[in-house]
Amino acid sequence: MKNNHKPFSMHLDVSDFLPADKEEKQSLVIMRESVSFWRDGARRFRKNKIAMASLIVIILIFIFAFILPYFYPYGYEQQIRGSENLAPLKYSAAELARIEAGEKVFPHFLGTDQLGRDLTIRLMLGSRISLLVGIVASFLVLLIGSLYGSIAGYFGGKVDMIMMRVVDIIYTVPDILIIILLMVTLKYPLQDLANNVPGFTWINDVGIGLISIFIVFSLLYWVGMARIVRGQILSLKEQEYVTAARALGATHRRIIGKHLLVNCIGPLIVTTTLQIPSAIFTESFLSFVGIGVQAPMPSLGSMASDAIGGIYSYPHRLFAPAIMISLIILSFNLLGDGLRDAFDPKLKN
Amino acid sequence: MGRYIAKRVIMAIFTIWLVATITFFLMFLVPGGPFLAEKSPSAATLEALNRKYGLDKPVIVQYKNYMLNLLKGEFGESIKQRGRTVGDIISTGFKVSAKVGGIAILVSVLIGVPLGCIAALNRGKWLDNLIMVIATFGIAVPSFVLSTVLMIIFSVWLNLLPTYGLSSWRHYIMPVIALSFYPTAYISRLMRTSMLDVLGQDYMRTAKAKGLSQFKTLFKHALRNAILPVVTYLGPLIAYTLTGSFIIEKIFTVPGLGNEFISSITGRDYTMIMGTTIFLATLIIIMNLLVDIAYKIIDPRIKFK
Repeated sequence: MKNNHKPFSMHLDVSDFLPADKEEKQSLVIMRESVSFWRDGARRFRKNKIAMASLIVIILIFIFAFILPYFYPYGYEQQIRGSENLAPLKYSAAELARIEAGEKVFPHFLGTDQLGRDLTIRLMLGSRISLLVGIVASFLVLLIGSLYGSIAGYFGGKVDMIMMRVVDIIYTVPDILIIILLMVTLKYPLQDLANNVPGFTWINDVGIGLISIFIVFSLLYWVGMARIVRGQILSLKEQEYVTAARALGATHRRIIGKHLLVNCIGPLIVTTTLQIPSAIFTESFLSFVGIGVQAPMPSLGSMASDAIGGIYSYPHRLFAPAIMISLIILSFNLLGDGLRDAFDPKLKN
Repeated sequence: MGRYIAKRVIMAIFTIWLVATITFFLMFLVPGGPFLAEKSPSAATLEALNRKYGLDKPVIVQYKNYMLNLLKGEFGESIKQRGRTVGDIISTGFKVSAKVGGIAILVSVLIGVPLGCIAALNRGKWLDNLIMVIATFGIAVPSFVLSTVLMIIFSVWLNLLPTYGLSSWRHYIMPVIALSFYPTAYISRLMRTSMLDVLGQDYMRTAKAKGLSQFKTLFKHALRNAILPVVTYLGPLIAYTLTGSFIIEKIFTVPGLGNEFISSITGRDYTMIMGTTIFLATLIIIMNLLVDIAYKIIDPRIKFK
C-alpha cells in the first residue's frame, strides 16, 4: 500500500490490480497439505510397535531365505560323506582332521541329517519355499477373488446371484479333503505336461508340488476374497463418481479397474496379507503329510516330518523348522493385523 | 424360516453330490490302479480283479453304478482291506476320531470362552495381555508343530506320556491338547472382542442401573449375547477338528478316520477314497448347516433370507 493513499478518493490505485504473487496466494490457503491415503496409513502403521517389529522380522526372514543361501558354502542337496547325523556345531572326524591341518571348515550350525545334508541351508530353502508359496498363492487369490467379486458386485442382479451361489458352494466344500485329492491327482498330468509338451519344461524347474499347490489355491481359496470385494463394490458403485464416470462414457472395465477396485485397496491389501499365513500353513501341512513339495527340495513341513522319525535320538532337528514356521506365520498374522488397523480401521472386529 | 432351511438343505445336497462327483472323476485321473502295488499280478489276475470290483466297465457306467449304490447307502467293499466293507471301516475309524475330536471341541469351548471373558473383563490389564499373547501364539503355531514339540517334552525328555495308541486316558492328553490349542486360542480371541462389544451396549448399562447383581448382568445379559459369534464358529471348528485329525492321528498313530483317509489315497483304494471323502464332506456340510440354523434360532435379530 502506498503512503499517499487517500481513503475517500475515487482514484484507483493501480498496484491493487496486479496479479497476486506466490506468497500472497499461499497466505490464503487455510488447509494444511493434504495427506494421501498411503501416507496416512503409513503414519498409523509406523506408530504400531508390534506391526513394525513383525515387519522387521519378516524382512530378516526374507534375507535369511533368499540372500544368505548364495553365501552359504553348502548346498541343500549336497550330501557330505562322513558327516551324517551331526549334532549342532559339531564336526565329523574328517572335518576335524581338516581343521587340524589348518583348513577352515564352515560349521554346521544346526547339524546334519541322516544323509549328511547341512540342516541350516535346508532350513533357509525351506523358508524360501514357504514364503514363495505364501506370496504367490495370496497373489493368485487376490487376482481371481477381486476380479470375480468385482464383476459380481458391479453387475448385480442375476449375474451376482448366480456367481455368488457358486461361491457359496465352493465355500462349503471341505477344503483340506479336496486339496489332498487334487495334490495327488494333479501330480501325474503335470508330470506328463512337463516331460512331453515343449514349452512346459519350466514346470520341472518350479517343481510339480509347488505348481499343484498354486493351482489348488487358485481353485479354492479365492472365495473369501471374492465375498469381501463384492461387499465393497456393492456400496462403492452407488457413489457419485461412478455415475459421473459412466456419464462420461467410461466402459465397465474402466470403471471396475480404475474407479472401484482402486477404492477398495485397503481391504484388498489387508485380506491378501492375512491370506499369506494361511497359505504357508496349508503348504507345511501338506508337506508334513508327505504330498507337498517333493524331495530333495526341503520344506519346513517335510523337515519337521523327517525329524519325527528320529525324535528319540535327534529331537533338536525338530526345533529349527518348528520355530521357523511358527515365527513366519506369527509375524505375517501380526503384520496383517497392523495393516488392517492402519489402512482399513473399519474392518476391525 | 421353513423356506430358508429348505433352500439350505437343497444346496447342501447339491454340494455333497458335487464333492462326490469331483472325487470320483479325480480318482480316475490318477494313473496306476489299486492293484499295482501288489507284486506284479499277471494279466489274467488283474483282469479278474478289475472285473470283481467293476473297474473294467467304462467310467461313466462305474459312476452310475456307484451313485445308485450310494443312494441306497452302500459304500461298497474296500479294495485294499479285503473282506471289510467301507462302511464298516468308516464306522470303526470314526468312533475313534469322534472321541478324540469331541473331547478336543469340548475342551476348546470350555477353556476358550472363560478365557475370552476374563480377558475382556480385565481389559488392558496384565491378565488380558497375557491371555492375548498366548492366544496370538496359539493361532500361529501349526498343530503338527505343537504336537511334535509336546511329544519331545513329555515323552522324550520327561518320559511321562505315551506317544502312540489310545489305550488309556493318558494317551488322550497329547492328541487332545494338540488338536484343541488352535481353536481354544481362536475362541478366546473371538469371545474377547464380542464380550467387549456387548459390555459397551446400552442394555448393559440399563441392567446395572436396575440394580442387578454383577453376577446376573454378566451371565444373563452379557454372556448370552457375547457367545453368539462362538456359536457360528462351531461349524468351522468341527471341520477343523476333523481335518486337523489327519495330522494328529498320523503323529500319534491313532487308528482314526483321518489315518484311513490318507492311507487310502496313497494306496489308491478307490472305494475307500470315495467313502471317506463323501462321509467327511457330508458330516462337515451337515454340521455347518445345523450350526447356521441353530444360530438363527438363538439370535432372533438375524433375519432369514
